[in-house]
Amino acid sequence: MQPPDPADHFARLGLARAFAVDPADLERRYFALQRRLHPDRFARRSATERALSMRQSTALNEAYGVLGDPLRRAEYLLSLLGVTVNAETGNRATDPEVLAEAMEDREAAMEAGNAAAVDRLAAGAKARRAACEDELARCFAAEDADAAARLATRLKYLETLAGELRARRRIVAEAV
Amino acid sequence: MLLDIHEPGQEPAPAPAPAVGIDLGTTNSVVATAHGGVSEVLRDADGGALVPSVVAYGAGAPVVGAAALDPVERGGGDLRAGDVVSSIKRLMGRGADDIAALAGSLPYRVLPGDGMARLEVGGRALTPVEISADILRALRARAETALGEEVTKAVVTVPAYFDDAARTATRDAARLAGLETLRLVSEPTAAALAYGLDKAAEGLYAVFDLGGGTFDVSILRLEKGVFQVLATGGDAALGGDDFDRALAAHLLAARGVAEGALDEAEVKSVLLSARRAKESLTVGERATVALPDGGAAEIDRTTFEGLIEPLVERAIGICASVLEDADLARESLEGVVLVGGATRVPLVAARVAALFGRAPLADIDPDEVVARGAALQAEALTAGSDTLLLDVTPLSLGIETMGGLFERIVPRNTPIPAARAQDFTTYSDGQTGMSIHVLQGERETVDRNRSLARFELTGIPPMVAGAARIRVTFAVDADGLLIVGAREETTGTESAVEVKPSYGLADGEIERMLYDSMEHARDDATRRLLAESRVEAERMIAATRAALVADASLLAAGEGRLIEAAIGELERAVAGDDRELIDGLTVALDDVARPFAQKRMDRSIAAALEGRDIAAVDAEVGG
Repeated sequence: MQPPDPADHFARLGLARAFAVDPADLERRYFALQRRLHPDRFARRSATERALSMRQSTALNEAYGVLGDPLRRAEYLLSLLGVTVNAETGNRATDPEVLAEAMEDREAAMEAGNAAAVDRLAAGAKARRAACEDELARCFAAEDADAAARLATRLKYLETLAGELRARRRIVAEAV
Repeated sequence: MLLDIHEPGQEPAPAPAPAVGIDLGTTNSVVATAHGGVSEVLRDADGGALVPSVVAYGAGAPVVGAAALDPVERGGGDLRAGDVVSSIKRLMGRGADDIAALAGSLPYRVLPGDGMARLEVGGRALTPVEISADILRALRARAETALGEEVTKAVVTVPAYFDDAARTATRDAARLAGLETLRLVSEPTAAALAYGLDKAAEGLYAVFDLGGGTFDVSILRLEKGVFQVLATGGDAALGGDDFDRALAAHLLAARGVAEGALDEAEVKSVLLSARRAKESLTVGERATVALPDGGAAEIDRTTFEGLIEPLVERAIGICASVLEDADLARESLEGVVLVGGATRVPLVAARVAALFGRAPLADIDPDEVVARGAALQAEALTAGSDTLLLDVTPLSLGIETMGGLFERIVPRNTPIPAARAQDFTTYSDGQTGMSIHVLQGERETVDRNRSLARFELTGIPPMVAGAARIRVTFAVDADGLLIVGAREETTGTESAVEVKPSYGLADGEIERMLYDSMEHARDDATRRLLAESRVEAERMIAATRAALVADASLLAAGEGRLIEAAIGELERAVAGDDRELIDGLTVALDDVARPFAQKRMDRSIAAALEGRDIAAVDAEVGG
């Protein structure tokens, strides 16, 4: 029954290998497993059992972290398919459509002069992110790795954008 | 006294030895216990909960607590101000060079040298670990008096923002005081535990913890017995002490007294006087401060608030960034909890209320809530509980790369336990060693972060440059402590890792301190080390016996007999006093029981997964 090592994060949480993950379900499984595996449950046990618990609990945290984050989940699924995206270097969006999107977003962010305007942009970016995730789920279900890889790059950009908009919001808020 | 050895089949098991919760604070410390999920603070004869974290080193045994404050207050007695140490927590895990940066703000004489700082107190050279151990001994003695039995296990709290060196130093201090640290728990997490269990709080909470010397803020989710830390932040050098210093500096400046003109005793006395004034300003509008030149100065609350405002703003700014880290709007919080004596300052409570948009909670005494939470966790760890604490690492861990840059390997707010790996390769042909510098912090350059340790990897098999692949694993355990491992992947050679902690105690130093601290040094320390080995052996025996009873069906043919034989041998060793034999046989029993332990763990995982969705498990894991 021991999940294979290096374990598949999905198997570790008893989930089917798919992009669509219900956050509430993921959490229930994570908590149920941590309740059994966390080192606090093994404080009075033998050294071996404590070491096993530490390893299992660590792996579970890693699986939960990867599957709980849409971008990391997409990258992980792609890696299982043998596709590497968003590596540390050269991950700047090269897709012309994403580049155009980025230029437009940056211009709009610079023009947003108050918190409400930035909030509107952030809401728009959030909606695009949700749509991108839906599309990712469809591509993975259809086993279209190429399209999924492109979408993962775009999702990474949209995350960067969210961070930039938060920074922008601080700037306009402080300027008041 | 040693643990009772349980006869097989003797039921029910006696109540486990008491484990206490200890809040080892900068200014005050508190010890508490818990029974059946209800916490109780252990008090002195006068009902006082707080033990001032002050130690006086005079001619006799160290004096801890209120009695050690006397010479500072009276400026006389058998003890001199130079014999008294306070706020030692600020120096935990720090080196002499760190302390130089705090120069002037600490009334200590720090001895020059590498590694962990050493202070000159009462003619002795003491590390912060030894001084903290004296405070812990006093807390242990208080607990033993209150409970009427020996206490050897504790959950000790540390600021969430404590780095690895400070956490290790705290654990070492507990060991020196004869306490096994069951777990190091972050102070805000302990406070949340107390609220969650005592007050049945549920939802998202912020814990704002401003103590004497440290500031933490944590965002937690409390749900059905799960305490999940989402984000944490803080400043390990910001607290009520800084308020005292700001006030003292202001008053001295107003009288034209240069701080450098005061001797150590005068500095301590003016700081104490400033603290008194701060405390009376929490309720009154004006206070009088006695000054070393015999005069007195009056201070009103508005002036005081003006002095501490920048410090309070620093804490508030950290809260705002932690909310952002957790990607949370303040509206989604159910409440904000105040912890630590410095939150009694009205300006602090007001600023917290303004930031979070609601009145903060302080229904559990802010001075006691951390120790209560620690006691609840101590009970959970010894007697068992449904409560689950899921904490995070507060600061990013990483290594030095080319050009003095810091590369993160485990980012902050990663749930612990956690492990991440990083691959390295060799730069020259036939290279067999490599040096790695481990750091902790959030800055981009190495010199702005905390140096934790340097590792020398040796035993790399000689290969052409770039061919070796050395995988260095950073593991952070449930105490937030870092463990490093290294392995050469192409050949599978385990590389030896030699750790040189930047601000820790060297190997064997704890043993030496243990010997030094004992009156009849060698005999007592030997007995202590033997007792520690016996406790570990008995834990091993008890755990294995319980497992054999619970899961006999998982044993392979003949496995049970082998395990029983190893238990028998270990039991005979425990009855004797050969520490090395006990340790060796403990390891032997562990080895022989390992496959059985692995099977039990696998079954537990399977059961947890089955509890959710049998079909999915079968499909994915393949039965």
